[in-house]
Amino acid sequence: MADEAPASRPDLVRALRAAGFTALVTVGLLLPLIAFRAVHDIRNELVLETRWPLFAVLVAVAFVGRLAWELLPHDRLKLTLATFFQSPLKLAIAAAVSWVAAFVAHLTSLTAFGPKVALARLFAIVLAFCFFGFAIGAVAVWVTNRYPMTTEPGRHRRHQIGVGLRAGAIGFLLAYPLMMLWLAGAQGAIKWVDNFGIQILIYVMLGWGLNIVVGLAGLLDLGYVAFYAVGAYSYALLAKTFGLSFWILLPLAGILAAFWGILLGFPVLRLRGDYLAIVTLAFGEIIRLVLINWVDLTNGYAGISGVPRPTLFGIPFTAAEDGFAARFGIEFAAIHRSIFLYYVILLLALLTALITIRLRRLPIGRAWEALREDEIACRALGINTTNTKLTAFAIGAMFGGFAGSFFAARQGFISPESFTFMESAVIVAIVVLGGMGSQIGVAVAAIIMIGGTELMRELDILKEIFGRDFDPTQYRMLLFGLAMVLIMIWKPRGLIAARQPSVFLKERKAVSGAHVREGHG
Amino acid sequence: MTAPVLRVEHLTMRFGGLVAVNDLSFSAERGHITALIGPNGAGKTTVFNCITGFYKPTEGRIALQYGDPAIWGDLDTLTEHGGRGRIHNGGSLFLLERMPDHLVAQKARVARTFQNIRLFPGMTVLENLLVAQHGPLMRASGWTMLGLIGLRSYTQAERAAIDKARTWLDRIGLTDRADDPAGELPYGDQRRLEIVRAMCTDPVLLCLDEPAAGLNPSESAELGRYLKMLRDRHDVSILLIEHDMSVVMEISDHVIVLDHGVCIADGDPATVKNDQRVIAAYLGVEDDEVGRAEAEVGL
Repeated sequence: MADEAPASRPDLVRALRAAGFTALVTVGLLLPLIAFRAVHDIRNELVLETRWPLFAVLVAVAFVGRLAWELLPHDRLKLTLATFFQSPLKLAIAAAVSWVAAFVAHLTSLTAFGPKVALARLFAIVLAFCFFGFAIGAVAVWVTNRYPMTTEPGRHRRHQIGVGLRAGAIGFLLAYPLMMLWLAGAQGAIKWVDNFGIQILIYVMLGWGLNIVVGLAGLLDLGYVAFYAVGAYSYALLAKTFGLSFWILLPLAGILAAFWGILLGFPVLRLRGDYLAIVTLAFGEIIRLVLINWVDLTNGYAGISGVPRPTLFGIPFTAAEDGFAARFGIEFAAIHRSIFLYYVILLLALLTALITIRLRRLPIGRAWEALREDEIACRALGINTTNTKLTAFAIGAMFGGFAGSFFAARQGFISPESFTFMESAVIVAIVVLGGMGSQIGVAVAAIIMIGGTELMRELDILKEIFGRDFDPTQYRMLLFGLAMVLIMIWKPRGLIAARQPSVFLKERKAVSGAHVREGHG
Repeated sequence: MTAPVLRVEHLTMRFGGLVAVNDLSFSAERGHITALIGPNGAGKTTVFNCITGFYKPTEGRIALQYGDPAIWGDLDTLTEHGGRGRIHNGGSLFLLERMPDHLVAQKARVARTFQNIRLFPGMTVLENLLVAQHGPLMRASGWTMLGLIGLRSYTQAERAAIDKARTWLDRIGLTDRADDPAGELPYGDQRRLEIVRAMCTDPVLLCLDEPAAGLNPSESAELGRYLKMLRDRHDVSILLIEHDMSVVMEISDHVIVLDHGVCIADGDPATVKNDQRVIAAYLGVEDDEVGRAEAEVGL
């Protein structure tokens, strides 16, 4: 310690300087956003309101955060974390601790009053997440320790982490709605299953679908939401007009979306880069404008309501005699449908992932990636780039169509409002932030972006801090942007930039993101 | 004399007012290395781009044949009837100027490499060689559908493709790097990999655009030996653009010299080397001539 003391002085000065600079940037950014606000007063006049305390708190948070970041012993922390995640015992202990804590929080939420209930519930849920993560991690690490696949230590650890993450993710996804049901009750769980679970999974699926076009084939498509809309309207219109069931219309909506994907593909085959992006963007807008203006078919802005809900092999999720609850002799609750829908979208998303993984290992998948790497070389090797691009558009669009028809079935109401350019931008952002071509990266990015923005709605506790008028949802986009900027600084090629080769001779080695090209657009 | 594999007749390529290739005719013999040389801007790469379908020639005919040479007799009928190619009695004949680039590679079996290496840098060496076998693998996977459900015939086809790639990697000593990204290889290895990738498409004509560019003398010599080996053992005819005269003179069976889009000499290396027009246009003029010219302009 004595040796470190003199060296730490300049460190402190440097950290203070960095923290000061961060605080200054925060001041510059937040002064117009937070410090001043225009509000309508009682006489409906626009007045300027100042929020200096809030502003000061946020600047202080930025300062302290940066200071802590600079002063933390990163190397030692990394080591501690690494040993922690390698030991099944430590993980099991952590799981047990978080389970007890979750239980205590859960009990507190049942007995507390006022805002404390929300806080305790939030804690219970966060801790339950931790429990599942730790528990599944502990099992996975134990299994891989017991039955090692390779002997090389570095690769062994990586393999371990990979298996642990995958097993943990799938187990968690399957257990999630039931866990929420137990924690938050039949009424409270709807929000967690529907707003979080289903919403995130829809975007995971959309991200994976677009990943084929943008990440694998390297074609920047800014109008992906058009296929989502085609899927949604196909389901809504066909189900309402012909009374066909969800399970018949799901593939049909996918096929129709794929058809539109090819239709878009043809005119843009020769385009590259910015030009391709602009035309696809325009395509997305055209579809939306058609939906708005073709009132006879789509009912325009008013949208289509009363879209039939999906059934479990013909059993509807209603309170009626032949409903799900009555059939199975349980008390009717709205959550049943949400849980059912959750598993449907989980199934669809996993199907998307599975098909994409398989396609990547087939010649068509390799041709997509080759197209992203070098189109001219592809042509010289006898690859029909026209067909290759069209299949990428079609298959990407098909998954968008699936997601769209699911969306319509879940909402029961659709209107052109749901298919604005903003949606396309969010999906592209998810793919780019996740790391183009990486499925896990895209899934993580979807969880962060969509889960994060949804979580912002839940931060009512902040009202206790910042006053009654504080509306956390209004800062969603700000945080969205902030997350993007941070990820782009920290990982400019997305969360997972490395590419997994589709085939190997001796051993599978990830390809560094530095070699992988981003495509011509 | 054997039948030619490629016949280029009256090939003209104009870019607006610029005539890059002007009424060029030559033929490449089967099992020969034919070199296309000439100073910078002579139109060599343009000829390559016309042969491989990347450019549509303004005028002229480019015919490629493999299998039974008797099919050359059908050339004029094919040209008149407006078809792209004809397969008859074990012989195949194609009019390359009528075919899009990917069909030139796939059907007419013309493979090419590029002046600036065009590998797939983010894909592994092995993946690069599998992309080259796209056509057969695509058929084996039943145009994706059968492969998607995991049919064994596809798995077998893929294993065969990997074996083939491995054989080629063994030949150039890159087997140990099969799982590394192609972009990570040293320059010389990238050059060799690009040639091997082209060979994986089973070509009858291999078009190499400056394969020795950027190689040191010993690497160039090795490349020359390697190309000879390809010609002798793998039943492929080679069309070569090259600036490195030691390579060209050493390995070519036939040299065509282009200058300003026109063929100025055509023959075996020894003849071309001593041709006065070639020496003047390509290899430069005598020193005393330069001196005389300089004196005229007052230097």
